[in-house]
Amino acid sequence: MKDNNMDIVYDVKGLNLWYGDNQALKDINMKIEKNKITAIIGPSGCGKSTFVKTLNRMIENVDGVRTSGEILYYGDDIFTNKLKVEELRTRVGMVFQKPNPFPKSIYENVVYGPKIHGIKDKKLLMKITEESLRGAALWDEVKDRLNENAYSLSGGQQQRLCIARSMAVNPEVILMDEPTSALDPVATMKIEELMEDLKKDYTVVIVTHNMQQAARISDKTAFFLNGELIEFDVTSKIFGTPKDQRTEDYITGRFG
Amino acid sequence: MKETRFNIDENRIKRRIMLNNRVRDLFSVVIVLVMAILLVLLYRIGKDSIGWLDLQFLTSNLSIFPEKAGIKGAIIGSLYMMLVVIPITLILGVATAIYLEEYANDGKVQRFIKINISNLASVPSVIFGLLGLTFFSRMLNLGSSILAGGLTMSLLVLPIVVVAAQEALKAVPSFLREASYGMGADKWTTIWRVILPVALPGILTGAILAMSRAIGETAPLVALGIPTLLMRIPNSLMDNFTVLPIQIYYWTLDSVLTREYTFLAAATIVVLLVTLFILNSIAIVIRNKFQKTF
Ligand SMILES: Nc1ncnc2c1ncn2[C@@H]1O[C@H](COP(=O)(O)OP(=O)(O)OP(=O)(O)O)[C@@H](O)[C@H]1O
Ligand SMILES: [Mg+2]
Repeated sequence: MKDNNMDIVYDVKGLNLWYGDNQALKDINMKIEKNKITAIIGPSGCGKSTFVKTLNRMIENVDGVRTSGEILYYGDDIFTNKLKVEELRTRVGMVFQKPNPFPKSIYENVVYGPKIHGIKDKKLLMKITEESLRGAALWDEVKDRLNENAYSLSGGQQQRLCIARSMAVNPEVILMDEPTSALDPVATMKIEELMEDLKKDYTVVIVTHNMQQAARISDKTAFFLNGELIEFDVTSKIFGTPKDQRTEDYITGRFG
Repeated sequence: MKETRFNIDENRIKRRIMLNNRVRDLFSVVIVLVMAILLVLLYRIGKDSIGWLDLQFLTSNLSIFPEKAGIKGAIIGSLYMMLVVIPITLILGVATAIYLEEYANDGKVQRFIKINISNLASVPSVIFGLLGLTFFSRMLNLGSSILAGGLTMSLLVLPIVVVAAQEALKAVPSFLREASYGMGADKWTTIWRVILPVALPGILTGAILAMSRAIGETAPLVALGIPTLLMRIPNSLMDNFTVLPIQIYYWTLDSVLTREYTFLAAATIVVLLVTLFILNSIAIVIRNKFQKTF
């Protein structure tokens, strides 16, 4: 695989993270590639959420968090102020475990991002809304009720609305922290089907507890254990011929 | 397998159900008693006001003849005072709450301020009156004008608005903030577009309750020396004024001399009570209407 700079979105170098005295990430080194789906797996409490929230600095909203090491985003260290945190989060969208739409209309949810970036043109906003909702495979279900409150949607629809909302600002990366864990199998399948399309336009990092999901949708898989990155490789290798005994134990269900 | 087991004593369950029923009866009696006292009070005031509370009473000036006396001046005085109190407390109160909840770090100083704002909410109102007398009336030379009264009353209810607004802001679920920050929004955008709209019903409810406190409060204005008899209707913020509760206070005091004053006081009380009742109902309606989004 060639290591051309433009193909590497994130270059994580020696990342450590502490919650107070408790170290949650230990010397993580990892390169995340463009237009690929990278899955993060590992047992509960191993630091998956912590890791993805570090990628867009959301982790800094937690009191007492300290980091060391570097995360280069297209070559810029995200911890220096060269890249403003607001800009980073515009270029790197996030979808959370629990659907979290705003208590506003479906339309207002989607245009939240564009509006805070100063877009006022009604026609343009409507176009963005349709494109984003189509991108999140939700358009047909909601096109006649754009002015209804987002909380009138089902959980799976709400989650796709959140995906649409994050797509509306044209991010380069979408981070997803167990986006389907609160959803039923049908809603989960809809989101999984979406993934294939998403990676044409976006780089996706997805945390999942569901090994089949990781195997089905991802190109590369990272296995975390106790805050360490144990193994990171092409998904078929991780699930076929893992190098580390602990990876094998985990994916064969021997622990976790 | 679970090893420890114990027998369930059916008599014990019966005894507990009995106890529960007795406690329920006790509380019912208490609530009936309280309601009864309240009803008696309302009845006596209502009875005294009959024949006195009419349109003429609401629209006339004060008069030395009880039959001709009205509370137009007090109503306008109360309205004028609220014209000062509402903007000052809303703007200062909400801004303070936003600063404390959203911007201030959780340092020692901030915690000290937060605790003391809650403390201020329970300071006796006459103390605020004395503060107003010293500062607004004397030092700023505002005398016993509407402005002095309104500012003093604002001080009194400001802590209530701050605390209510803080609670409303705290109740906004953190996942909404996360959603907004995750979209690249800065703090103020998040506050303005997400947090405030969700917190607004709570803030308004608290603010309306605080306003009804300000309308009904007497002591701080007595301390300012709001005049007993006021024949002139105020028409600017610097004029002297009187308000409904003060009117009630003085009529009640003088009822020993002039018996009709009892009825005038009763009629004014009914007006004040109805006003407060309407305000509190609005607060309840707002709360019920908006607080079921989640
Ligand atoms: N806000 C926090 N404050 C203190 N410690 C935290 C906090 N969040 C997480 N931790 C700790 O950091 C470690 C990693 O947590 P993290 O949430 O990243 O795990 P995870 O892999 O996402 O787990 P799960 O699969 O259950 O979501 C855990 O030991 C956890 O106790
Ligand atoms: Mg997690």
